[in-house]
Amino acid sequence: MSECLKFSYLVEGENFDGAGAASEDTKARLKRLGVSKEVIRKVAISMYEAEINMVIHANGGKADVMICPDKIKVVMKDTGKGIENIEQAMQEGFSTASEQIRSLGFGAGMGLPNMKKYSDSLDIQSQVGVGTVVTMEYNI
Amino acid sequence: MKICQLAQIIDARFVCGEEKKEKEISSAFACDLMSDVLAYVNESNGALLSGLANPQVVRTAAMMDMSCVVLVRNKMPDKKTIELAKQNGIVLLQCQHNMYTACGLLFGAGLMGDRG
Ligand SMILES: Nc1ncnc2c1ncn2[C@@H]1O[C@H](COP(=O)(O)OP(=O)(O)OP(=O)(O)O)[C@@H](O)[C@H]1O
Ligand SMILES: [Mg+2]
Repeated sequence: MSECLKFSYLVEGENFDGAGAASEDTKARLKRLGVSKEVIRKVAISMYEAEINMVIHANGGKADVMICPDKIKVVMKDTGKGIENIEQAMQEGFSTASEQIRSLGFGAGMGLPNMKKYSDSLDIQSQVGVGTVVTMEYNI
Repeated sequence: MKICQLAQIIDARFVCGEEKKEKEISSAFACDLMSDVLAYVNESNGALLSGLANPQVVRTAAMMDMSCVVLVRNKMPDKKTIELAKQNGIVLLQCQHNMYTACGLLFGAGLMGDRG
């Protein structure tokens, strides 16, 4: 585990235009490290979805990325409103996004299903009024 | 087809990235819903046609390794969007046609949809 590279980002809540900057930077780092295209793509898509969620549903949070020889781990933690029913939230098309968010191109209820599709493991811990922790792992 | 050919077919102007005009575009995807782009685009080096002109359109294209974003209906990108396109090496085009016409012209000229 000592060979793992770790870095973190603060994700601002009220900054829709900046949403995705952490995922963009992570993607660039993985590229520099010579990680395969397929793995980079999986991490980029799923982390970006999680980052957007953190901005539009939870007022921002923190993203931790850990790159190890055999796997990549991304932990997105927020202290937002939490998810009431995770099983329901995981359904394609389920969304509580506002009209305003929809007019910006998001809120189709595809993010969580996409995160499941593009990660090798997805874990969501959430408590209403406390926050949400999304953990995704990828095999290299 | 090359980006410059694509631009010519739909009478688009380069907002930024003109130096990449000789780059080959593999396919295209047209959508205002970024969630759908993230869910359904499979090929890299494609073009994204969109009626939305916010930074997330460029960021989404960059995440998907797409080469080019075409803003239809003369949508004006703001400074941040243009800056982000430059940073990510995304060619940003703008055309007057609406989405339907822009897609029809490109498809008619042989540019296929993403084979998602
Ligand atoms: N970090 C979070 N905090 C609170 N609620 C969340 C969080 N992430 C997701 N949710 C809830 O789960 C729902 C489904 O999330 P999902 O990402 O699948 O769709 P969406 O964000 O609404 O739309 P899309 O991802 O297609 O833009 C959201 O509408 C929201 O109610
Ligand atoms: Mg989402």
